[in-house]
Amino acid sequence: MAGLTLASPSAERRSYSPRREMWRRYRRHKLAVVSAVLLLALVAAVVFGPFFWRVSINDIDFNATLQGPSLAHPFGTDDLGQDLLARMIYGGRISLAVGLAAMMVSVIVGTLVGALAGMSRGALGHGLMWLTDLFLSLPQLPLLLLLIYLFRDGLKAAFGPEGGIFILVVLVIGGLRWMPVARLVRAQFLSLREKEFVEAARALGASPLRQVVRHILPNAVGPVIIAGTIDVAAAIIAESTLSFLGLGFPPDTPTWGRLLFDAKDYLDISAHWALFPGAAIFIAVVAINFIGDGLRDALDARRVI
Amino acid sequence: MAPLLEIKSLKTHFATDDGIVQAVDGVDITIDKGETLCVVGESGCGKTVTAMSILKLIAMPPGRIVEGEILFQGRDLVQLTSSELDDVRAKEIGFIFQEPMTSLNPVLTIGEQIAESLRRHEGLSRKDALLRTVEMLKLVQIPNAEARVHDYPHQFSGGMRQRVVIAMALACKPKLVIADEPTTALDVTIQAQILDLLQDMKERFGMAVMLITHAMGVVAETAQRVAVMYAGKIVEEAGVDRLFAHPGHPYTQGLIRSIPRIDLDSKHRGRLETIGGSVPILINPAPGCRFAPRCRYAMSICTEAEPALREIAPGHRMACHLGEAP
Amino acid sequence: MRQYILRRLLIAGPSLLGISLVLFTVLALAPGDPFSDLATNPNVPPEVALALRAKFGLDDPVYLRYLHWLAAMAHGDWGFSFVSRVNVDTLILQRLPTTLYVIGSSQLLALLIAIPIGVYAATRPYSLFDQIANTFAFIGFSLPTFFTGILFILIFSIKLDWLPFVYSTDISGTGLARLGEEIRQAIMPVMVLALFQAASLTRFVRSAMLDVIRLDYVTTARAKGLGQRRVIITHVMRNAMIPVVTLIALQIPAVFGGAIVTEQIFRIPGIGSLLISSILSNDTPVVMAVTFVFACLVVFFNLVADVLYGWLDPRISLR
Repeated sequence: MAGLTLASPSAERRSYSPRREMWRRYRRHKLAVVSAVLLLALVAAVVFGPFFWRVSINDIDFNATLQGPSLAHPFGTDDLGQDLLARMIYGGRISLAVGLAAMMVSVIVGTLVGALAGMSRGALGHGLMWLTDLFLSLPQLPLLLLLIYLFRDGLKAAFGPEGGIFILVVLVIGGLRWMPVARLVRAQFLSLREKEFVEAARALGASPLRQVVRHILPNAVGPVIIAGTIDVAAAIIAESTLSFLGLGFPPDTPTWGRLLFDAKDYLDISAHWALFPGAAIFIAVVAINFIGDGLRDALDARRVI
Repeated sequence: MAPLLEIKSLKTHFATDDGIVQAVDGVDITIDKGETLCVVGESGCGKTVTAMSILKLIAMPPGRIVEGEILFQGRDLVQLTSSELDDVRAKEIGFIFQEPMTSLNPVLTIGEQIAESLRRHEGLSRKDALLRTVEMLKLVQIPNAEARVHDYPHQFSGGMRQRVVIAMALACKPKLVIADEPTTALDVTIQAQILDLLQDMKERFGMAVMLITHAMGVVAETAQRVAVMYAGKIVEEAGVDRLFAHPGHPYTQGLIRSIPRIDLDSKHRGRLETIGGSVPILINPAPGCRFAPRCRYAMSICTEAEPALREIAPGHRMACHLGEAP
Repeated sequence: MRQYILRRLLIAGPSLLGISLVLFTVLALAPGDPFSDLATNPNVPPEVALALRAKFGLDDPVYLRYLHWLAAMAHGDWGFSFVSRVNVDTLILQRLPTTLYVIGSSQLLALLIAIPIGVYAATRPYSLFDQIANTFAFIGFSLPTFFTGILFILIFSIKLDWLPFVYSTDISGTGLARLGEEIRQAIMPVMVLALFQAASLTRFVRSAMLDVIRLDYVTTARAKGLGQRRVIITHVMRNAMIPVVTLIALQIPAVFGGAIVTEQIFRIPGIGSLLISSILSNDTPVVMAVTFVFACLVVFFNLVADVLYGWLDPRISLR
């Protein structure tokens, strides 16, 4: 229905720089703006918290077990009388760090696989896409549990209990979430490969690597940033799930999921113990998801699964 | 005798990020019973929006009928609720769309798609509706109709699909058929067949046709009366012979000069003419005549006052300052 | 159509092989000997451990070990659970129905919630209803199942005392009372899973509907005077379901993840809680087998989705 397509009056439109235009569109998504503020506050609290709240996470106080929120313990205490605020600040660092690191793993692996699959027209490309589809149909959580089960002792021995589990969790979560990024990057390659400016670069004798790094990858940045944002949220959930099942970090490392795992047997007498870490996970995840949605509006990227 | 359809100063606007687009801005059109009216103009001049406004088929929002009346047999369609309008759609006014490749639902058989309007408007049983559907398919000359009625749209060629769309629009024998560029998407050889079919159907059912097109050749072949549209307004309206013989508006003259002529010998043909420039943007249009920037006869008044549609000969109206009494 | 299903089956075969290969690679790459603790496990007689080592051919080359393992799995010889002292396949078959029952009913409930809301929101885009539905959907899939589960227990079991929070297999009583009790104890786990699924499904349905609603053939349908209801149901929904089926299929692995967590929280005796307990007790044959069963289920449901897709879209099966 050609008659309905409206001519866009580009000449009369006030023009902004791309960056300001993006910010203008992001700002229109109210919840995304609120979420960005909320997430920044959460990150600041976790990073700078220990400088202001100087309570040790391991101080055991049997006179103050399972207490509700009070001035001395704003988030209450657990069954050993340990201060929950201090433990949550510590655990938040780990949860957020796992989220970021796992996202980076998935973005790097995804970009590599997607770029390789996009560049090669032959069997390699097909094979990589088959692999991507195969990974998409793997049952993630069971596999995650299996990998942790098989590898945790070895890594614990090599890198210490906390470091080993951190590396394992990050690699495994990231290694099971790179597929959307790979698809996005490959799609970008296929659509850009024949575009004039890439053809021109090729005609001018740019090496394949240079074509990729200078001309194709920058165009894939928008969708990949969005996918990466969502990945951070998914990785935080995955880590919390592992800890909640008692299979993540060791018991003395109070990640948010681990706190929930410990709290779930005391729900009837001290609900606060479960509610604070649960709320922290929820706020972090929902804020990151809304930011992703706002970025989608701002970068105007079409969603690819 | 009252006309079948009478559109009075219709204004349909669209809200966009950049402002209000005045896609249709004061259009008057009348169609009598059994008459063929061609609405002609460039893409983006508002002819499709005008047609879609009649049955309120534009997306609302962003679209909105701001002003005007659409009287069909004396009833104002603009005032009808959506469910009242449903009794007019297909039953009284049929619609043929431009793109046969996309205007049929890919997951339903063509039989189901034709039969559903028969069942809705004529209350036919499943069996009777199927019989009537096959009959319609035969009328629009689809070979082997009894079998093909159970086929899906993707099993038909473009020309065949357009025949299906025509059968669908005519199934309930409407009094008026609006055809929005029904041949534009088709091969040239198929175009003539489809136009012939439309002509044939019109004579058989005695209906009026509002044919929207941008091709003057199609106009010359089919129309009884012609309305020329430019930038959301009717600029000229006349009987087809009168219009081709005495085009009044500079825009109409340009359109007619841009038709290739093969009936003249080569030394009289000369170069084909084109109209320079393009359709203006309809957000906050400048005052005066909207064609003025492209008009070779533009005068100072043309950028100041908007010309009104006035009768320059019996049955011939035009909106241009040329030849106006000072 | 039959040809199409056959082709899908032929594709499912290699993906199953691929998954088995991934699983075996993981097992083979694992540091140390996955059977090493068999020697120290007091539940395992030494001769069983030796027989196992021989059967798994731990000293053979890798590809031979893979083939042996695959052949054993294909024959239904899934090994022996040292903790429960039964064959692994018996153990899994005992528990599988519960898992499928919980997943099936929650998926059904999710569709019953998501389709009406998504369709209604898409017919009024950017309305108040749409915005509220959208916000709730976002919150819904940002709430991890383990936290929703805990919240539900807190509210409905502890504060209100309406529902039991431990799933019990041997409910006393007979007839209606027993059935009522079984439904009562399934409400919370099913709701937790269903709400999580419904949240993302609502968004899928809404955006698929919006993609279809502006297509030409929908205008054609409206021009036929069919009425809003019929246009939305037969012309828009029918077509929008095609991409939704694909998206549901892609969600299946996540559904199983949610099921494992839910089974653990409410102590439902399904294969998810079996997986966790066998990991905690180092029961390697069970861990491997349950993971493989989950993988098979994913492939199976993808196959179902493909068949549904072919049934919904006539262009596919005829191609």
